[in-house]
Amino acid sequence: MRNAFADELTKLGNEDSRVVMLSGDIGNRLFDKFKDKHPSRFFNCGVAEANMMGVAAGMAMNGLRPVAYTITPFVTTRCLEQIRTDVCYHEAPVTIVAVGAGLAYSGLGPTHHACEDISFLRSIPNMVVICPGDAFEVRGALRAAMQQDRPVYIRMGKKGEPVVHKGPIVDFKIGKAITIEEGSDVCLLSTGNMLPEAIEAAHRLKEKGISAEVVSFHTVKPLDEDKLKQAFSRFKLVATIEEHSLIGGFGAAVSEWLVDSETQAKKFLRFGTPDAFFKKSGEQEYAREVLGLTGHQIADKIIHALS
Amino acid sequence: MNVAVRNTAAKPDVAALKAQAAKLRGKIIEMSHKAQAAHLASSLSCADAMTAAYWHVLNIDPKNPTDPLRDRFILSKGHAAAALFATLAMKGYFPIEELDTYCQDGGRLAEHPPANLLPGVEAATGSLGHGLPLGCGMALAGRIKGENYRVFALLSDGENNEGSVWEAAMFAAAQKLENVCVVVDYNKWQATARSNETLMLAPLRDKWAAFGWDAHEIDGHDVGALAEAMQNIPNGSGKPVALIAHTVKGKGVSFMEDDNNWHYRAPTAEEVVKSFKELGLS
Repeated sequence: MRNAFADELTKLGNEDSRVVMLSGDIGNRLFDKFKDKHPSRFFNCGVAEANMMGVAAGMAMNGLRPVAYTITPFVTTRCLEQIRTDVCYHEAPVTIVAVGAGLAYSGLGPTHHACEDISFLRSIPNMVVICPGDAFEVRGALRAAMQQDRPVYIRMGKKGEPVVHKGPIVDFKIGKAITIEEGSDVCLLSTGNMLPEAIEAAHRLKEKGISAEVVSFHTVKPLDEDKLKQAFSRFKLVATIEEHSLIGGFGAAVSEWLVDSETQAKKFLRFGTPDAFFKKSGEQEYAREVLGLTGHQIADKIIHALS
Repeated sequence: MNVAVRNTAAKPDVAALKAQAAKLRGKIIEMSHKAQAAHLASSLSCADAMTAAYWHVLNIDPKNPTDPLRDRFILSKGHAAAALFATLAMKGYFPIEELDTYCQDGGRLAEHPPANLLPGVEAATGSLGHGLPLGCGMALAGRIKGENYRVFALLSDGENNEGSVWEAAMFAAAQKLENVCVVVDYNKWQATARSNETLMLAPLRDKWAAFGWDAHEIDGHDVGALAEAMQNIPNGSGKPVALIAHTVKGKGVSFMEDDNNWHYRAPTAEEVVKSFKELGLS
């Protein structure tokens, strides 16, 4: 995802002289093309995220479209007050791009995990929260963010994730979920980098004779309410899937929507990370396995719930 | 490049500025009394810097508050909002009568400056340590767009406790933001204690200099000296400029000066009369 981000950002920088890139001393060589073409619009802000976010807000309040980028916890929780007060309170069109959603950097330990950021950021007024499901969704989200006159948070995975879409998404819209595979029995609403696991789960379910619809629910705020209405009326089971805490994340947002819209769910499952730090060493695949977040584990739980 | 025309040669009219500062203090005291709001002493200690900025230095037009070429002034010590509101009203950004709505239900004048609500307020402040990073972003936006406006940020001494101030200080120096000027209202008190007994600020000028700034100590109540130093930005040093302004908390009213109870206390009607007498106001 991050290479797609750097490439799309360079294109956007060519098209729009307001686009400015701020990096928190990360992405060695990743932005060489952007720097090469727009040296006056690239800033390595150092390991000083609070200042970086304030600088981004100051730029956005004065006509520019800054993108502030570093590893997820550092560009969210580390500078949360600057996001809330400088960016969101001023309705400053800053695009915050985080790399390493959820357990993408599992091996680096809990300092680098990010399973709380959706919860924090979606509770701030004026903020849009997007979790792209693959590299093409990253490109679509970034392009859409630049068209907004408000803050946007884009929560990326890392690099090398499976590409789900076949090509550029020409009609990517913030707040409009994308159906990846159609089905008729259960509906898997996936947000962010869990999309390949959701697809894997659907394939496992199909082997068992259960038809699963897979939706990339890339925007957590604002929610695609039409899609939710359809899902809960059409399917006998709906599941939310995310690499984020069950507290305050996508599944929690859907739960809130269910209550507030007085919608009756037939069966509703939420897949996400528990209320605990993941302290053991190991890569993302290992962490997902331990936490029951792989495609086959998701499928097994759904089969169990239906039986 | 869009160049703002400014008259750097004009000498400040010190007598007029002094009279204006006294009027500003009077208005602040009146507002504090009516609203029974806190932070009076903090507002009085920076009244001379505010006067120098708004009545001599800033290239601004209250009738065109969003002019892209205007100088930006950020009251980073947002708790001195009364000083900013009184200043903006006296400059004509909004009707002077609106000051009567300070801290009243449904008004635009809360205890800290609001975002996107009141003409002339460049940034919503109140949480300390935000004004300078915002100011650096504003200055870089000017550089990128070829606009040569200046950015002034007024910080409290207690605000220098915040790490984000020093992040921004290093950033501004690295980016050589010579159009940025910080004024530290060094009144030696923070909310509940002596500043240097809380976190050691001294030697404050040396600290800012060590962080790559052209840093100077200045009498924060010498409105003429403040006006000249601020008007001289950028000053040719190639660096951002820090003015460490030595001030007295509660300056202008003998029974408030250097008495930190006035960080939270508001004056009685009788104390307002006494204050006005001392300020030479009627």
